[in-house]
Amino acid sequence: MTPTLQIFLIISAALFAIGLLAALSRHHAIFILIGIEMMLAAANLNFIAFWRFGPQAPQPVGVMIAIFSIAIAAAEWTVGLAMVIAVYRHFRTTNVDQLNQLKG
Amino acid sequence: MNTWIATNIWLIPAVPLVMSLMILSLPNSARGLGAWFAIIGQILALAMSIFAFGSTLQAPGSATIQNFTWFTFGDSALRLGWILDPLAAAMLVMILLVGLCIFVFSVGYMTDDKNFKRFFGYLSFFSAAMLGVVIANSLLLLFICWELVGFASYLLIGFWIERPSAAAAAKKAFITTRIGDLGLFLGMLWLYHQSGTLLFYDDGKGCLEGGLALLGANTTFIALLIFFGAVGKSGQFPLHVWLPDAMEGPTPVSALIHAATMVAAGVFLVARVYPIFLVGAINGVTTSLTVVVWIGVITGLMAALIAIAQSDIKRILAYSTVSQLGLMMVSLGVGGVGAGIMHLLAHGFFKALLFLGAGSVIHGSHHEQDIRKMGGLRRVMPVTFLTYAVGMMALSGVPLIFSGAWTKEEVLHSAAHWPASRVPYFLLLAGVVLTALYMTRQVIYVFFGNRRQASEHARESSSVMTIPLIVLAICTVAFSIVLTPAWPWLHNYLTRESAHFDMAQLIQPMLILSFLLVAAGIGLGVAIYRRIALPDSHQLVDLDPIAKAQPALFGFLENKMWIDELYDRTVIALAKRAARVSDWMDRYFWDGLVRGFADLGQLFGFVMNSVDERGINAGVDETTAGTRGLGRLMSLAHSGQIQTYLGVIAIGMLALLLLYAWLA
Amino acid sequence: MVGLINTLIIIPLVGTIALYIGRPKNPRAVALLFNALAAFFAFMLWQKFDTYAVGLQAVERHAWIPAIGAEYLVGLDGLSLLLVLLTTIIIPFAFLAQPLERGACALMLVMQAALYGTFVAQNFVLWFLFYEMSLIPAFLLIKIWGGAKRDRAAIKFFLYTFLGSVAMLLAFLGIFFAKGTFDFAELAASGKAGLLTGNLAWLAFWGIFLGLAVKVPLFPFHTWLPDAYEAAPTGVAMVLTGVLSKMGVYGFVRLLLPLFPNEIKIVGPWLLGLAVCSIVFAPLAAWAQRDLKRMVAYLSINHLGYCMLGLFAIASGSTSSSIDAHAALSGVFMQIFNHGITAAMLFYFVGIIEQRRGSRGIDDFGGLMQRTPLLCGWMSVAMFSSLGLPGLNGFIGEFLIFKGSFAIAASFTAVSVLGLLVTAIVFMRAMQALFSGPLSASCSTFPDLLRSEKLVIIPVTLLMFGLGIAPQFIFNIFNATIVQMARLFS
Repeated sequence: MTPTLQIFLIISAALFAIGLLAALSRHHAIFILIGIEMMLAAANLNFIAFWRFGPQAPQPVGVMIAIFSIAIAAAEWTVGLAMVIAVYRHFRTTNVDQLNQLKG
Repeated sequence: MNTWIATNIWLIPAVPLVMSLMILSLPNSARGLGAWFAIIGQILALAMSIFAFGSTLQAPGSATIQNFTWFTFGDSALRLGWILDPLAAAMLVMILLVGLCIFVFSVGYMTDDKNFKRFFGYLSFFSAAMLGVVIANSLLLLFICWELVGFASYLLIGFWIERPSAAAAAKKAFITTRIGDLGLFLGMLWLYHQSGTLLFYDDGKGCLEGGLALLGANTTFIALLIFFGAVGKSGQFPLHVWLPDAMEGPTPVSALIHAATMVAAGVFLVARVYPIFLVGAINGVTTSLTVVVWIGVITGLMAALIAIAQSDIKRILAYSTVSQLGLMMVSLGVGGVGAGIMHLLAHGFFKALLFLGAGSVIHGSHHEQDIRKMGGLRRVMPVTFLTYAVGMMALSGVPLIFSGAWTKEEVLHSAAHWPASRVPYFLLLAGVVLTALYMTRQVIYVFFGNRRQASEHARESSSVMTIPLIVLAICTVAFSIVLTPAWPWLHNYLTRESAHFDMAQLIQPMLILSFLLVAAGIGLGVAIYRRIALPDSHQLVDLDPIAKAQPALFGFLENKMWIDELYDRTVIALAKRAARVSDWMDRYFWDGLVRGFADLGQLFGFVMNSVDERGINAGVDETTAGTRGLGRLMSLAHSGQIQTYLGVIAIGMLALLLLYAWLA
Repeated sequence: MVGLINTLIIIPLVGTIALYIGRPKNPRAVALLFNALAAFFAFMLWQKFDTYAVGLQAVERHAWIPAIGAEYLVGLDGLSLLLVLLTTIIIPFAFLAQPLERGACALMLVMQAALYGTFVAQNFVLWFLFYEMSLIPAFLLIKIWGGAKRDRAAIKFFLYTFLGSVAMLLAFLGIFFAKGTFDFAELAASGKAGLLTGNLAWLAFWGIFLGLAVKVPLFPFHTWLPDAYEAAPTGVAMVLTGVLSKMGVYGFVRLLLPLFPNEIKIVGPWLLGLAVCSIVFAPLAAWAQRDLKRMVAYLSINHLGYCMLGLFAIASGSTSSSIDAHAALSGVFMQIFNHGITAAMLFYFVGIIEQRRGSRGIDDFGGLMQRTPLLCGWMSVAMFSSLGLPGLNGFIGEFLIFKGSFAIAASFTAVSVLGLLVTAIVFMRAMQALFSGPLSASCSTFPDLLRSEKLVIIPVTLLMFGLGIAPQFIFNIFNATIVQMARLFS
């Protein structure tokens, strides 16, 4: 079976759905972050897949974007984790249900 | 006659004035020094005035005038001046001579007073002010001194200020005379306006010389306004009410007021500005002079009647002064200026004598003034009695050796020849009888009969008081020499003519008439009051014989014809009401308007406030409330749950995708 | 180079700052020191003043706000100098009347500067600035340091006079829009020909009239005065009556008479009627007062009524000869000066009595003459001066006013003479109640005049005698000004 774009897209969609489910259902902030990270991974996968099966494959455009994206995700992860720690220090919890300070 | 004193005539009032200031600035303990200063001031001034008098004799009929600029306003100057003419010179000598006697007498009379020094300060000031009136050659200067005379009289009448009655009398004197003064003030303004100057004599341009022609039709009013001032000062009807009350002052003050200074000022003023009264005269009669005559007649007769029913020794004399001043006014009014002034001078001597005699009696009777409580003083106070008798006879007009008789004769003579009417003359004759009557009554009560309660311990006064009496008595008699028709020296001196001695003129037919009238008056008095003079008259004294016969009439006269009460109920009540109304108007009407205006402002503010609160503000409130509600509704979406947000975003994305798919 | 006039205005302000920063232990002494300094400069001004010159002297002119015609223009003529001297005399006199706190001293100095400014300013904007500047310290002094009822009195005083000022300001804005200048001299020059026309002229006239009539005050705009004077501390009452009320009279001479000669001629009889009402009703009301201070306050209205009588007579007389106009004007000026001194003196005495007794009802006293002859004697001098006894200062002004106005408005003057009578009655009654009779028990511990009080009273009384006997030195100040003004008015 030759790998086709379709397979990648299905895997990517599944990965995104799992990430979304994790981000929406988990109560712990870290897990939510992980869910978000998974959604990002799905997006990266899509970049590479569209590049590989796209019309101008020789230029590594999709890989470049994916690498950038990973780097940004790493930075985002750092900030996100720092915020979680700060939130924990402040509220003594990382349960997002209790973190409703933004309530209008 | 440019002698030194004539050109420096101002020194005569200046000396007592300076003395007065010196006395007042002495410490209170320097009692004797104060009296000495005052007396020395009088002596110096008297000496100067005698020299001044002498200088007027050198050139009869002329006057020395010194004018000077008081101040300049804008480009005009206000000028004042001094004058020395026969009128002024004669007055100066009389005032200072009488004043000196009174000053000396006061040393004895006031000896126990704690404000002895201040008394002499005031007396000197009084004297200075009056001298200023006499030598003024400007109506303004005269007015200034005139007001100062009033001020000094206020101080002296109210000298025993701790007595409420004295303070009230002083107030009454000041205000009543001020009413007259305001008439004079207006007259002066009018005169100034018309003639352009207030100087009496100014090289032909003065208001009594060339200025007279400028007065025009207003002369009568000007003259009457000026006369109104004289009415106030000289105690003429209807402003005579202050003069009897002024008896609240110490007796020397009464003597000074009644003889030499204050009341003489009014008569003097009329004499001084006589040319104004004479403007437009037909046969010597003008409207203004006619008014003067009638006021004088009414005053003279009314005061003489009231005097009959008074029981206070000083009040009787006070009313006699009012009466005599009326006589002088009549004399001036009918054209007898010389006679009026002569009577003023003679009156100065004998009235001072009478008042000082009364003072001596009061002093001897331990400050009792009721004649019904005296009696029999003839024996214990012989000097006082004899001198008083001289004064009494001069006042009554007993002829030949008493000066008052001769001057009164002159006045009657003038009145008899008044072309306008003979009525004043006959009324004056009645006045002569009344005068003799009330003086007889007084002398009988005080000096004859039994010694009643107040005079039981009476004794003759000390020589410091009797010597002035003797001097004044001598003056009263000796003054006759220059008054008789045989040698009318004074009259002609005053009217600036020369006199010739003519013995044949001595006895005039009219003299016999007046002798009969005086005799009738005295005889009537003796007839009515003789029982009081009897040794066993103790019980009779309580009721006056006239009161027994005519109680209603006597009561009417005793209460001064109810004039004070009339004024109290009418003029004074009206003025007080006006004051209350003014105050009320101020508090409630004018201030009410202001408050109303303020209230209106407040009302406006209140209305604006409610419009704001209920109208504009309400709309704004509604809008805000709506916005808030909406906001509250919207804020429900903000649950604060991140995952909810995320879920909604996901649903939104999905919806968008579906929409895209459906559209594509 | 700061001129003499500016120095004079600045000195009291410097004094205020010195009081504020220095916090001296005895603020009154410091204030008096600055007063002495101001007095020195005021007398320098007097000395340098050329009495024969016509027009303004010592003029200082600086551009200020050219867009609205506002200039900093100060200068002196005879009238200004007279009032500057009066201020210079009255303010220290008022300081000496009672001990004052630091704040009160500072405010008094501000008021002094404002008064100097008012009397020398020759441009309306500047004048109005100073005019209003004097109002605020007066308000605060009454409001903070006043007696009973001070709040009400202060507010009434402020609002009433302020309302008048607003009317005046509006009137002047109208004039400015028509004429384009605020300069007194320029405006006066066009007054004869009619400054404005039609209704605008009348509006402006009544606006200015109202502002000044309240300030003087003229009947019937006077009801703030008794309350304010009654509530004010002694020294403030002295300044109010001695100087502040003169600002109104000054305004009439400086503004209304030269600017609206034609209008005044038309309503002249009515204005004269108001002046006569001031003269007659005010002392009648004074007669009915039970409070000494109120009594004196009402008599102030009466005395200023004489000023108004003289001014309105000149302005409404069409054919007056120059001597009458000169007499009336110089009478008014004398009266301004004399009343300032005499009324301040009377308030001073009322203050003395009040300090000793704690009350000032006329009937609360009696027999003071026995206990305090000196107090009674000197107080009588002030009272007799106020009722116009010749030889004291009150007489000359009144005589000249009456002389001048009699020639022009005889009937009004004749009625006004009643005022002289009622004034006499009022003082006689007061003297009788206070001085005579048996010694009232409540006054038995009264001390007579203290040395410090004598030191104040004697010089002022001597001044009163000096003015009454030899007034030429005061006439010299304003004779040239009068000749010029009389030409302008008639």
